[in-house]
Amino acid sequence: MQRAAFLTIGFLLSICLLAGPARSDELKDLYFGEALYYAHQSDFFSALERLDSEVKQHGELDEPELGALFHHINDAEFSLGDFELRYRMHHRAGRAIRAVLEGAVEETVRNDAAYRLARIHFQKNQMDDALRALDRIDGDVPKSIRDDIEFLRGNIYLAEGMPEGSLEVFEKLQGSDEYGGFAAYNLGIAYLQGGQRSLALEQLNHAGQIESNDPGELAIRDKSNLVLGTIHLEDGEHRQALPYLNRVRLDGPFSNQALLSAGWASMAIDDFDRAVVPWSILADREVTDRSAQEAMLALPYAYGKLEIHGRAAVHYGRALDSFGAEVNKLNESIDSIRDGKFLEALVREEIRKDKDWVIHLRSLPNSPETYYLMELLASHDFQTGLQNYLDLADLHRKLLTWEASFDSFDEMVAIRSDHYEPLLPDVDTQFRELDSKLRLRTEQYKMLVKRRDDLLTTPRPEFLATPEEQAILERVEHLETQMAAGGTAFSENFAARVKRLKGLLSFTLETEYHARLTEFDKNLGTLDEAMLVAQKQYDQYVRSRQAATHSFVGYDTPISRLRAKARDSVSKVESLMARQGRQLEVLAIAELTARRSHLENYGDKARFALADSYDRATQAQASVGGE
Amino acid sequence: MNHLVRTTLVLCLLSMSLGGVSAQEVASANIRSLDGQVQEIKSDVLGIASELSNLEERLLYPSNTQVSVFVSVPQGDEFRLDAVQIEINGELATHHIYSFKELEALQKGGVQRVYTGNVMTGEHQLSVTVIGKLKNGDDFSNADSFAFSKGVKPKALGLTLSGNDIQVGAL
Repeated sequence: MQRAAFLTIGFLLSICLLAGPARSDELKDLYFGEALYYAHQSDFFSALERLDSEVKQHGELDEPELGALFHHINDAEFSLGDFELRYRMHHRAGRAIRAVLEGAVEETVRNDAAYRLARIHFQKNQMDDALRALDRIDGDVPKSIRDDIEFLRGNIYLAEGMPEGSLEVFEKLQGSDEYGGFAAYNLGIAYLQGGQRSLALEQLNHAGQIESNDPGELAIRDKSNLVLGTIHLEDGEHRQALPYLNRVRLDGPFSNQALLSAGWASMAIDDFDRAVVPWSILADREVTDRSAQEAMLALPYAYGKLEIHGRAAVHYGRALDSFGAEVNKLNESIDSIRDGKFLEALVREEIRKDKDWVIHLRSLPNSPETYYLMELLASHDFQTGLQNYLDLADLHRKLLTWEASFDSFDEMVAIRSDHYEPLLPDVDTQFRELDSKLRLRTEQYKMLVKRRDDLLTTPRPEFLATPEEQAILERVEHLETQMAAGGTAFSENFAARVKRLKGLLSFTLETEYHARLTEFDKNLGTLDEAMLVAQKQYDQYVRSRQAATHSFVGYDTPISRLRAKARDSVSKVESLMARQGRQLEVLAIAELTARRSHLENYGDKARFALADSYDRATQAQASVGGE
Repeated sequence: MNHLVRTTLVLCLLSMSLGGVSAQEVASANIRSLDGQVQEIKSDVLGIASELSNLEERLLYPSNTQVSVFVSVPQGDEFRLDAVQIEINGELATHHIYSFKELEALQKGGVQRVYTGNVMTGEHQLSVTVIGKLKNGDDFSNADSFAFSKGVKPKALGLTLSGNDIQVGAL
């Protein structure tokens, strides 16, 4: 049973080693960077909200290669999956990564996606699917994840009870910078799983002596030594167990277990003096710890064996008091949970701000219901339920805040509507006048441009005549028409003068044509600029007019829709919170009841042993007195 | 991460001694079945958040006046950013004091949207003041000004703050 539990620890370790948001060497999309900013603070809701919108917008672009996210799209899609996974949305995370796998992507990208998918299945305890996903990895694998893939594969084999596979993988990983210590431990576990005891002991001995300053590696070193000691203890090799148990650091996470086991190992070889040392240390530690409680009984037992019955009686008495106090505390805890205070304590802000909040739960002031839940928190289902409950509490807070903001939006829209609606009819009237004027001028301008272009290909000097010249020309043409009709008598002299005048005009127009055309073109250039300014002002006006409308029109429907959705979600979240909370309370009460029964049992033993010790102490005193 | 390893190790070890109780098994099964529903509601609320952000942006920061300022720090630069102050056209736009968590997120490559507001189309002046501590422990304060042009589209300004200078880039 205990060995199986150790095996479980072996692969569970990997969960915390694998996840991490994607990084980009050179960030080109600020909005992707913003999502990473939230992800790096473990605010995966905000990270997902931003990145999801950004990826969707990118997908809607006609030319995605021009978008800033184009440079990071693979990273962004992976990050979406990662964030969903870390926000405990496994369903969506799997879908996002499968989409990458099935898309037309490069080999390295596909292999990366397959690895991430395998990781999701592993975390969901779907080992066959995880292996299938790893089997899809083929060809070029990014260097940064090569060890990650193998470590995951080894852990899957371990979890599936396939020691041959895990042995091969962990042997290869022995030189890994990232996984060396963990792989060394897991290799030992794999040998143990494969029934190769001596190789397992040798390997765990190696893992138990790894030099490192990394707290994770130090913890795994302690773990290796504790497992070694436990194997020897289980096999009745008590003396051999001691050196390994003594290697476990006194301030490490496994020290309580190691101290307890070291005491029992010494007792088994009748070295009672030596058993007293670790148990004395342990008996003064955190009283809610199972090992510490056992040590409180074990210590006077060792004194009894040493024939120091007086001291044994004192320690049994102390244990009895302590167990009594703890049973009372547990009763208070159970009552408090039944009063709903446990769930209140879990969502307390000051707790959530502390990254060690799980550990500090047992020292939370005025919350006896949380003192004994460290062990319960270790179970996967309780963790899932607790995290879900906390996430639901966050969603609830968010939805309530949003509900309040809908009212503000409505108010804002109403104020804008009251302000703009009376003004807009006058503005529109003026706009229509301006619009018709601008259209007329635009047409005139276009006509002039066309005339200039025509003159460049087909010279027409009369088109560039001044208004005076045009009047004279018209008068001359009129006279010529009259003369041609012959209705009025004109002298030859008059006709010659008209002809000379026309000739003079034609001469002027012909000789000055190029100069006039240049001048005309220059003036048209100035008009171009004026037209551009007018058009710009016109466009700006149109935009301002549109902005005025857009500032209060078209919001009613989306606000109402969102309000309804939020209201609906609030009621769903409340219902789920109640159900989830109830299950947590049931689990917590069951755990506390079990601990209480355990302590009551200890208390009975202590009471009996106390009486026995008193008797023995009294007898010893009497015999000393008799002598 | 190491802290997480340590915590997980503790929790894993402690889990060894857990025994099965009927009420616990039922509650555990219920928790597993609720998990799917929790994932669904998370998805729904994310959808609402996304729609709400769009609505808020349209209502409060229309594209023709929208300007956003983003802050990042160069990766590997070991100065400690304590606070940043942003002024637009001489008026205080925002002031932010960094927590350890925020600074760490910036140092890991995150980009913070420190300000979103409205300005008219045309030329504007952005002034940035940065306060922090250098690697050698000396306090430093740096200030700089940049001109930027606001057009019809939303304007995004990216500030890169280091121990030596302030750089601005526009998107």
